[in-house]
Amino acid sequence: MSGVGSAGSERPAELLLECQGLHVAYGAIQAVRGVSLSVRKGEVVALIGRNGAGKTSLLRAVSGMLRPADGRITLEGKDITGMPSHLLVARGMAHAPEGRGIFPNLTVEENLGLGAWLRTDADGVAADEAWVLSLFPRLKERWAAAAGTLSGGEQQMLAISRALMSRPRLLLLDEPSLGLAPQVIQLIFRILADVNGKGVSILLVEQNAHLALNLAGHAYVLETGEVAMEGAGKALLQSEDVRRAYLGE
Amino acid sequence: MVPPGLRGVLPVVLACLALAAGQRLFGGQEFFVYVASLVGVNVVLAVSLNVVNGMTGQFSIGHAGFMAVGAYAAGRLSLPLGDVAVSGLPVAASDQLLFAVSLLAGGVAAAACGFVVGLPSLRLKGDYLAIVTLGFGEIVRVIIQNTPALGGALGLSGIPQRGSLFAVWLCAFLAVLVARRIAESSHGRSLTAIREDEVAAEAMGVNTTAYKVRAFVVSAFFAGVAGGLFAHFVPIINPGSFTFVKSMEVVVMVVAGGLGSTTGSILAAVVLTLLPEALRSGFNRFAGEGAGAVVDQVRMPVYGLLLVVLMLARPQGLFGTRELWDRRKGQGARP
Ligand SMILES: Nc1ncnc2c1ncn2[C@@H]1O[C@H](COP(=O)(O)OP(=O)(O)OP(=O)(O)O)[C@@H](O)[C@H]1O
Ligand SMILES: [Mg+2]
Repeated sequence: MSGVGSAGSERPAELLLECQGLHVAYGAIQAVRGVSLSVRKGEVVALIGRNGAGKTSLLRAVSGMLRPADGRITLEGKDITGMPSHLLVARGMAHAPEGRGIFPNLTVEENLGLGAWLRTDADGVAADEAWVLSLFPRLKERWAAAAGTLSGGEQQMLAISRALMSRPRLLLLDEPSLGLAPQVIQLIFRILADVNGKGVSILLVEQNAHLALNLAGHAYVLETGEVAMEGAGKALLQSEDVRRAYLGE
Repeated sequence: MVPPGLRGVLPVVLACLALAAGQRLFGGQEFFVYVASLVGVNVVLAVSLNVVNGMTGQFSIGHAGFMAVGAYAAGRLSLPLGDVAVSGLPVAASDQLLFAVSLLAGGVAAAACGFVVGLPSLRLKGDYLAIVTLGFGEIVRVIIQNTPALGGALGLSGIPQRGSLFAVWLCAFLAVLVARRIAESSHGRSLTAIREDEVAAEAMGVNTTAYKVRAFVVSAFFAGVAGGLFAHFVPIINPGSFTFVKSMEVVVMVVAGGLGSTTGSILAAVVLTLLPEALRSGFNRFAGEGAGAVVDQVRMPVYGLLLVVLMLARPQGLFGTRELWDRRKGQGARP
């Protein structure tokens, strides 16, 4: 593993999420092999890597959808290794999964409502609903439509909005740009910066390395289940290796 | 307006009055009471199975097993209580009290079985539940068949006939009330989420295993009560009444009515109980005594055919997921 631009990269001090020596396996297939990474409070951390590098597997282990084979995950210092997803939501984690995972037969309204399923503060929920609709006004126009009839971009907006409805402190996003038009991607990344500005920390998995590294304060490059490089997002953007391998230059 | 504390009680009181009137009017007509009771029992079965198969999107095909547990538990308990009276109560009241206790015991026994069967199989995703419930139904039947204390294959007779139109339909009404309460609560919303996408539901913070098991236990409880009711108005219960065919009958009702719609389950249960009875009487009258037996023979193939036609022509069933009492318009029967 090589650090890039570690001199002068000032990450926030407080740890939010930390993985130590994380292993994820599907039977004999080792998808993640001994990954250690951290997300500090207030950060956007990007995780880039080729197809099959293990990004989704890592995110699933973090959000409790998969039980890691080995290693330790802590959230705000507390061990959460192997804890089921529904308990992690209560602890402030929200995961917008790869392929969006929205409820196709339910309306936009119902999807957003389920995002706030654990919350009991009706006023807060209403305020957050107004907030996500101000981020994505398009959703208001499709309010009563079944989510499955939304366009890909609209579905991604819904997935992000629904994740935000639980008022998370840590938002896990798996390839929000997948299959979307460049303008929509731009919009979504601008809004992610907004969301982060409101104090939501983000762990972002992306194929679109350029956008991800521009947004992220800190980033990790995953290769065949291991961290190959890490450093400040801007520093990785300058790195020869990254430019050649992930930015097609 | 009704004061909020009474809102739940008032419908029950009204229903009791209506049912008591019905009991007075029709209580003497034996055949009518029998058929109407059968309809009521099937309504309880369909409405309760709909909680699991419709609202939660799981697939249980062993409802007759839970019904059998309830029937035999309640019946066996009532058997020695035929001549017992609770001191200080009029005979009729004492009878009904003992009957209620038996019904409750039947429901609880079935619910306990539901918990034991549901916990391991609902933890897993996929079709395990269908396989396990199928096996459960058969195991229950075989155990009963080989237990002398339960009458074996011959069946259990002599259970005091304490059932009444009133009792059956009160239970049906309560089952509908509970199903409706579940559907409209946050519990119901979590079941919908589970039906739509289990992984996503878990990611919303829904403890999917716990909610599935709870739905399954409630469903089994009412199937047990239905069995208990049944045991108290038929002259004899035997394992032949609780076969896989009975389970499928209830599944057909739920699917035909529309998976997820309590209204649909009620309607389908009524129609699919009355239709064969009507056909049987018709055949007996016009084609000679005994000709009605053919109805029972062709019943299952016809149900099978009905399922196939339904899946092709109207896969969402009669009502989709809508209810008669829905306030939302133009929704429910979404693709
Ligand atoms: N359910 C599964 N069963 C078996 N192997 C799997 C499963 N899911 C992923 N894998 C394997 O694990 C490895 C990592 O997959 P993963 O989905 O984590 O990659 P990824 O980095 O998210 O890729 P992509 O960018 O294409 O989404 C791959 O080799 C993949 O084939
Ligand atoms: Mg992936």
